[in-house]
Amino acid sequence: MNARLEAPVFDLAIVGAGPAGMAAAVEAAARGLAAVVLDEQPAPGGQIWRNIEASGGRASLGGSYAKGAAHAAAFRAAVADYRPGTLVWHVETADHEPARLWLMQGERVGQLRARRVLIAPGATERPVPVPGWTLPGAMTVGALQTLLKGAEVVPSAPVVLAGNGPLLYLTAVQLAACGARIAAVLWTAPPGAWRGAVPHLPGFLASGTWRAGLGLMRDFRALGIRVVRDVAAIEITGDGRAEAVRYRTAGGASGEIATGLVALHEGVIPATNLARAIGCEHLWDEAQAAFRPRLGPWGQTSVEGVLIAGDGGGIAGADAAPLAGRLAVLGAAHALGRLTLPERDGLAAPLRRDLDRILRGRAFIDRLYPPRLARAALPDAVVVCRCEEVTAGAVRGAVASGAQGPNQIKAFLRCGMGPCQGRFCDPTVTRLIAEARGVPEAEVGQFRLRPPVKPVPLTAFAAAGEEVA
Amino acid sequence: MSGARFRRLAETGRPRVAITVDGAPVEAMQGDTLMTAILTARGRLRVSEFGDGPRAGFCLMGACQDCWVRLEDGRRLRACTTFAEAGMAILTGAEEGADAF
Repeated sequence: MNARLEAPVFDLAIVGAGPAGMAAAVEAAARGLAAVVLDEQPAPGGQIWRNIEASGGRASLGGSYAKGAAHAAAFRAAVADYRPGTLVWHVETADHEPARLWLMQGERVGQLRARRVLIAPGATERPVPVPGWTLPGAMTVGALQTLLKGAEVVPSAPVVLAGNGPLLYLTAVQLAACGARIAAVLWTAPPGAWRGAVPHLPGFLASGTWRAGLGLMRDFRALGIRVVRDVAAIEITGDGRAEAVRYRTAGGASGEIATGLVALHEGVIPATNLARAIGCEHLWDEAQAAFRPRLGPWGQTSVEGVLIAGDGGGIAGADAAPLAGRLAVLGAAHALGRLTLPERDGLAAPLRRDLDRILRGRAFIDRLYPPRLARAALPDAVVVCRCEEVTAGAVRGAVASGAQGPNQIKAFLRCGMGPCQGRFCDPTVTRLIAEARGVPEAEVGQFRLRPPVKPVPLTAFAAAGEEVA
Repeated sequence: MSGARFRRLAETGRPRVAITVDGAPVEAMQGDTLMTAILTARGRLRVSEFGDGPRAGFCLMGACQDCWVRLEDGRRLRACTTFAEAGMAILTGAEEGADAF
């Protein structure tokens, strides 16, 4: 027990070193907070600016990527205690006491305490379950981008991109600039989506994000890639690996494209696993078709002392995340007695003005690129839970047998109990239950999550025990 | 066995790291994740533990957990977030079929 008592106490623990976490660390240093930054990756940048310090000069990745280099440099200059390669697998909270963070560093568990915890977990790609999505050669678009940025490798054969959204355009442009071949894009945004987006156009124009968006569209069109529009359903086929993708448009046209690699993408959703395991309240965001944590103006969650900033609090992108990260730190600094109320509000005003401007542009993007395959009728045979290989039919069967919520589905089927802890089946299970019961997803809710939020080997506990003994 | 799923953009000056995958030699580069090392050499990563067939990674950001492989000594490693080290002997489950894990 001595090890527990001796764990050091920080003012602020920042979990994640992406756009929100890095900016939060810079702000924390400026406010004189004793902060520690814990991040799973070996270097700062998060997913969007992965490997930015090593490949920041790669022009083919574009201007939005290059922006990250300045953020990473400011972070390095300011941060006093940065621990890369560190997984936070649980946070214990108690009223009026510092939170206790449970870590895994290398092959050993550890812990520290902090008066405030700022989680900046970022986003994960929305799961797009389609027939054949577990075959080798079915991946996410983000995975291709990760390989490009982190490992500087590209697909060795032509790839088909399926889905919609800005990241799909961006990845197509980046892959093409690096010499990868794109056989086709199966575009799933409904052609009528713009009608729902138009009322939000003024906010989008005011946000300024349209400049980058237009440039991206122009670059994409210039590639001359074959685009099949209004795709309503796809199926990845092959024997032991992807060999072709079949598609059907809303108009009834269908076709098949031979390809060994199909990359799926229908936007990103907040990475909420750690916040949910801590017990932070979440709510359904209809516009983004995803759950997100309920947050106060300074990133406060429903759990005292736990804050969230960046895409983990609702998808707003890498320009918004640093502002939200800094605002959360200002709120924490005031709560810890380091800033007076007028000081906090004075420092926050310009940040909040910029953040509000960016957020005003989001509704347009959300409505222009709604998920479609991820919301389409799912055949019974499709695997929903990739870890435990549970099909949509099995989930429907369990609902018919009386399982009314995600946690009963877990108990019935082990769905969501595999190593990914529901990250890639949770939205689908909630949707299938909602459809079967005829109730909204908000009412169905999500899996209840428990620590550790990612697999921790028992040897990591044993190694820590030896050290204490 | 299908061909390599990915190719490198450029031959870099990084030192080579020799590992084996299911007994076959694979030449990785320093700084490669196991995912990169394996998929630039072959077309798949591992065999699903429940008999659903081969897999080749999915999210590549440490979220989906669909890329666990193991060392000959039994230690399990997540291929997309573990760096290749000289002498690693990786088993993908192919040799034991459905009971690999």
